[in-house]
Amino acid sequence: MSDQTTFSAALLDADKPVPPGLGDGRGGPAGRRFDFYRNNVVSSLIDALEVGFPAVQKLIGPTNFRAIMGVFLRQHPPQEPMIAVYGAMLPGFLAQFPPLAHLGYLPDVARLEQALRESYHAADCTPLDPAILQNLPPETLLSARITLTPALRIIRSRWPVHAIWAYNLQDGAPKPSGVPQDVIVTRPAYDPQMAVAGPGGAAFTTSLASGAPVGAAHDAALAEAPGFDLPAILGVLISGQALHHLNSGDAQ
Amino acid sequence: MLDDTARPSALHGALPHGIGVGYKAQHYSDLMANAAPVEWLEIHAENYMGDGGRPLAQLRALSERFAISVHGVGLSIGGEGPLDSDHLDRLRHLVNWLNPASFSEHLAWSTHDGAYLNDLLPLPYTPATLARVSDHIDALQEAIGRPMLLENPSSYLAFEASTMSETDFLAEVAARTGCGLLLDVNNVFISAHNLGLDARSYIDAFPVQHIGELHLGGHDEDAGTHGAPLLIDSHGREVAGPVWALLDYTLARSGPRPLLIEWDADVPDWPILQAEAARAAAALARVPA
Amino acid sequence: MSTMIKTAAIAGAFTAALAAQATTVSAAEQVKCFGVSLAGENDCKAGAGTTCAGTSKVDYQGNAWSLVDEGNCTAMELPAMDDGTAREGALEELDRDLPA
Repeated sequence: MSDQTTFSAALLDADKPVPPGLGDGRGGPAGRRFDFYRNNVVSSLIDALEVGFPAVQKLIGPTNFRAIMGVFLRQHPPQEPMIAVYGAMLPGFLAQFPPLAHLGYLPDVARLEQALRESYHAADCTPLDPAILQNLPPETLLSARITLTPALRIIRSRWPVHAIWAYNLQDGAPKPSGVPQDVIVTRPAYDPQMAVAGPGGAAFTTSLASGAPVGAAHDAALAEAPGFDLPAILGVLISGQALHHLNSGDAQ
Repeated sequence: MLDDTARPSALHGALPHGIGVGYKAQHYSDLMANAAPVEWLEIHAENYMGDGGRPLAQLRALSERFAISVHGVGLSIGGEGPLDSDHLDRLRHLVNWLNPASFSEHLAWSTHDGAYLNDLLPLPYTPATLARVSDHIDALQEAIGRPMLLENPSSYLAFEASTMSETDFLAEVAARTGCGLLLDVNNVFISAHNLGLDARSYIDAFPVQHIGELHLGGHDEDAGTHGAPLLIDSHGREVAGPVWALLDYTLARSGPRPLLIEWDADVPDWPILQAEAARAAAALARVPA
Repeated sequence: MSTMIKTAAIAGAFTAALAAQATTVSAAEQVKCFGVSLAGENDCKAGAGTTCAGTSKVDYQGNAWSLVDEGNCTAMELPAMDDGTAREGALEELDRDLPA
């Protein structure tokens, strides 16, 4: 085994002995000096996850969070050195972690928090000029395709995921009710914002994002939710500056 | 987005021989309003590798006002495996876009077998390490199209396998690759304390002609060790008195250099960091040019 | 729905959404969040010293972990959600509370 294989394995497993050949510089053994590196690695990654997933931390409590993240980071250490987005694997981990199985909503809360972080770092993008929409002939609208901005994220959930997030992080937010919520994350300038999509709203947005024309996206939303509220989701997308480019029907 | 139209307009050729601070987003408005004596800023490369958003927008605005030193913390130059080509591409992209006055990285490793460990891990100073580090620096300098500065680590343990002193190792890397060196005076103080070395002898042996930046930061004593406590490179407080003295000793040998204060934990309000910067400026002003 | 009616309905929705922009669309449901604090950061400081997280044994095995009684999940009493059918609007709150 290479030196760094032994060293890194011992960093992440406190049951392993201190690697051979390390000393205190005075002829003595390294001893607890190796623990210094163990703690740096583990604590710094847990700290990063605390910053990234505050609602998950509130939900399970700080002691549980640090202990469980210690398990997570050993199974899923960062695959690239950008700490600001470390944690993409966390929702899947939480869904599979038996002691948390009774908290069915927890993975969706983590997905929402990761979506906010991704949106924050997504590419800047010029929003669609509302005048282009206003001036479009109605008969062209159905076949038009609208590309969405890179900062948009769609979180579908069978839990009241936005209400759970708000209840944990915002003073005075009400207790969640039993209504599922899909959440649309947009970033009008530099701060991501969230909106509850309403019935069919996530289906409509997902369909648009996949390249479907407006008419087909509308059909997809109605098929999922007869009470689909088109003006409401359009309001979310327009105010969130999530519409980028309109390609009127010619290019089909 | 990192496109050409967004390229900062002010291009800096080199850092001024004045004071810089490690940039923290909470100081953005203060820096724009009242930065003196700060002339340049250090940013950590990995925090500006997103596709867009506020971090890059702030960096663009700052770069029109300040010379920028890009300090990488994640390339793992001392890693046994090959450099991460994706990360090299990200660094090239950032450097091409920003055209910073300086680029630096650490004599350390941080990635192994695809896992990024988020710490600057130590290396034995051997001919094999020297060859590997030099190859990796060659590859980086090729990627970013300019020389880099290599920073001395803060050390907490020593390798029995080492056959060279750290200063000889750094001098040899600089000779082989043409890279410059970044001398962190606080790291020298910490390593000397932790490993039983003499800090001034380290400075005496350091190839000062290669120094492109000097760094200062605060350190803590480790509460968990008995006997002689370890010093920890916490960057969480004022620069310690003996480190200021070691800076004076260093400047007397090196002459004026770009001088940086790093404060990364328990980040204070701007006036406190500004006062540290003023103290550094006074130290620099005492040095004959 | 005929194509003509559908066209008119969709066009009307776009017009309504655009008209509403100046006023109320996002006020209640949209939440501005943390800004800079969203960014965890790389740095080159050293942290924790020689006693704490990294040196504690990770003793999780299967179901052996027990959570400490803390955190909002123990107090939230979230009504259980129906799965799947809920999205169609047939949601009814069940009696049992989650999480326990």
